Amino acid sequence: MRNERSTEEIALGIRRRVFEHAIRNNGGYLSQACSAAEQMAWLYNEELNLGEPTLPMIPRPFAGVPALGNDAYQTGSGYNGPAEPEFDRLFIAPAHYALVAYATLIEVGRMAPEGLDMFNKDGSSVEMIGAEHSPGMEVHNGTLGIGLSTAAGLAWGRKRRGERGRTWVFMSDGEVQEGQTWEAIAAAAHHRIDNLYAIMDVNRQQCDGAMSNVMDVGDIKSKIEQFGGVAVRVDAHKPDQIREAAKTPHRGKPLIILANSSPFRGMPSLQLRFPGLHYVRFKSEEERSRMNREIARSLRVDPVACEGTH
Amino acid sequence: MVEMVSRPYARAFEEHATRYPNEILCLSADLTSSCEIDGFRDRHPEQFLSLGMAEQNMMSFAGGLGLAGYRPFVHTFGVFMYRRPYDQLVASIAYPRRKVRLMGFLPGVTTPGGMTHQSIEDISVMRSIPNMTVLECGDATEVESICAAADGIDGPVWCRVLRGSVPRLFDAPIRVGEIRVLSEGADVLVVTSGICTEEAMRARAAFAKAGLSIRHLHLHTIKPFDAEALLDHVNSVTHGVVTLENHVTEGGIGSLVAEVMADAGAGKRLMRLGLRDTYAHGGSRPYLMRYYGLDALALVNGIESLLGEEFGITEDDLDAARVDDVHSLVKAEAL
Repeated sequence: MRNERSTEEIALGIRRRVFEHAIRNNGGYLSQACSAAEQMAWLYNEELNLGEPTLPMIPRPFAGVPALGNDAYQTGSGYNGPAEPEFDRLFIAPAHYALVAYATLIEVGRMAPEGLDMFNKDGSSVEMIGAEHSPGMEVHNGTLGIGLSTAAGLAWGRKRRGERGRTWVFMSDGEVQEGQTWEAIAAAAHHRIDNLYAIMDVNRQQCDGAMSNVMDVGDIKSKIEQFGGVAVRVDAHKPDQIREAAKTPHRGKPLIILANSSPFRGMPSLQLRFPGLHYVRFKSEEERSRMNREIARSLRVDPVACEGTH
Repeated sequence: MVEMVSRPYARAFEEHATRYPNEILCLSADLTSSCEIDGFRDRHPEQFLSLGMAEQNMMSFAGGLGLAGYRPFVHTFGVFMYRRPYDQLVASIAYPRRKVRLMGFLPGVTTPGGMTHQSIEDISVMRSIPNMTVLECGDATEVESICAAADGIDGPVWCRVLRGSVPRLFDAPIRVGEIRVLSEGADVLVVTSGICTEEAMRARAAFAKAGLSIRHLHLHTIKPFDAEALLDHVNSVTHGVVTLENHVTEGGIGSLVAEVMADAGAGKRLMRLGLRDTYAHGGSRPYLMRYYGLDALALVNGIESLLGEEFGITEDDLDAARVDDVHSLVKAEAL
């Protein structure tokens, strides 16, 4: 399934949707859309080999958690198509990027725009922190650092069976503070899991602020290489560079693309909120309407028409 | 004498795993010979995955293998499989109901390794995790049957496994969900699990000689649990209930029995024996069981305390009982 639009157009669409959502809801994961839009757009629009969606365009409500007897249970992976041997799989490791992931599904025609209206609503499966049952999700990744390990296990298992499909992980750089990330890279290198791919949004931000202030992680690329992986640095906002990086030979090793990104990309007004970018909640009606005007201008759309003040 | 079986897990796992070469995987975290899977590693390398001392990754990795359709058997000391990687155990294995079989070796005080090596609250933790099944071995037959029993579960399973030289107390393999009735006395109900069952057997014979009739249940399945069956036994004794476990008294089988009795308003006294809100330290198993009150003598004292009556049972009576009782057990089990 390939979208007719360019990755750049889809990235712009992702930013616009997340912006509109954040203005309407007085806040949201705005900076994640800025940093990750091209990466998500590239994955879905170009790189991933996915089948047609198997779940309804308008997401079904929450149908319970996995439990003995809950036959209605299903993950949200059907939005990425069926789990067939030839198809790729994708985990969104930082599950708080869910809003960006949902916007991407809409932009590439895998979910209806109405899906985003269900975001963070009680009884909805379109949860704020992407859950296993949320559109496009296959496993829980809300606890940061577990995504790459899970993907490594899945990839190893698929390789053992001779499946052609790859396992991809969208990661965040904050996750490298978790020791498990390094355990996963060492394990993947030791077991030669080279059908494992990751693209990491290196935006140098985390919940408390800039990573350099919270706990600096040093040179991620050389650390990955020391642990046995292959890492390539790219400009996260230049799809050409991402495309080339994905072709890097990595026989016997996992490939991790380090996408150096700007948490303000496309919405320069957000710079005023630095370093509190993790979840941008507007502090006043004045700020909200100013951001509405300024970001709308940056994204070349009309300001969002909001009724009332909240 | 009781039959002692050497390394029953090594043989039983290999037998079971080789039946499913494309489904079962053997995972190890640098404790391969300590978990008796070194022979399996050497003979079946295509089914073996060494994941090093990196339990957090191993748990999520196992979850990924489960997602890929495999049934991984994860091997390490029990304590290393839940304390550090608890988050991964819940998020990557328990929540999505992956068919991961968590084979936790050296339960409770069966290790001289002290606090860092002794899983003393694992049952409490596992019982409270939704989707988890909890099994515990009490003898060689249960060690031999735990792989097949666990592998029949549609979801994750926590297993307390015994290694090395293990006594054979039972004939019949584990049937998940059932309670073993080892004696059907009418005075006091004794409920035990794991290595404490053998201890209770020793005390039971001595009590029989002293004129007290014990109803003795052994639990290999801790979750799910047949509460109705337990209540029938609680209602079948006159005086009350004593539990004995190789675990803290909070959250283990003592708590399990307490919950069942309280839920039903059973109205009988309960005495829970085990580690009483304490860590243990390093030492031999008999020393630790004596020191922390997990052995036959502790059960004698517990029953005497429950009844407010002394039976004059000495340690010599218990030792004597061990030899006699083991042979009669086969019959008891056939009940």
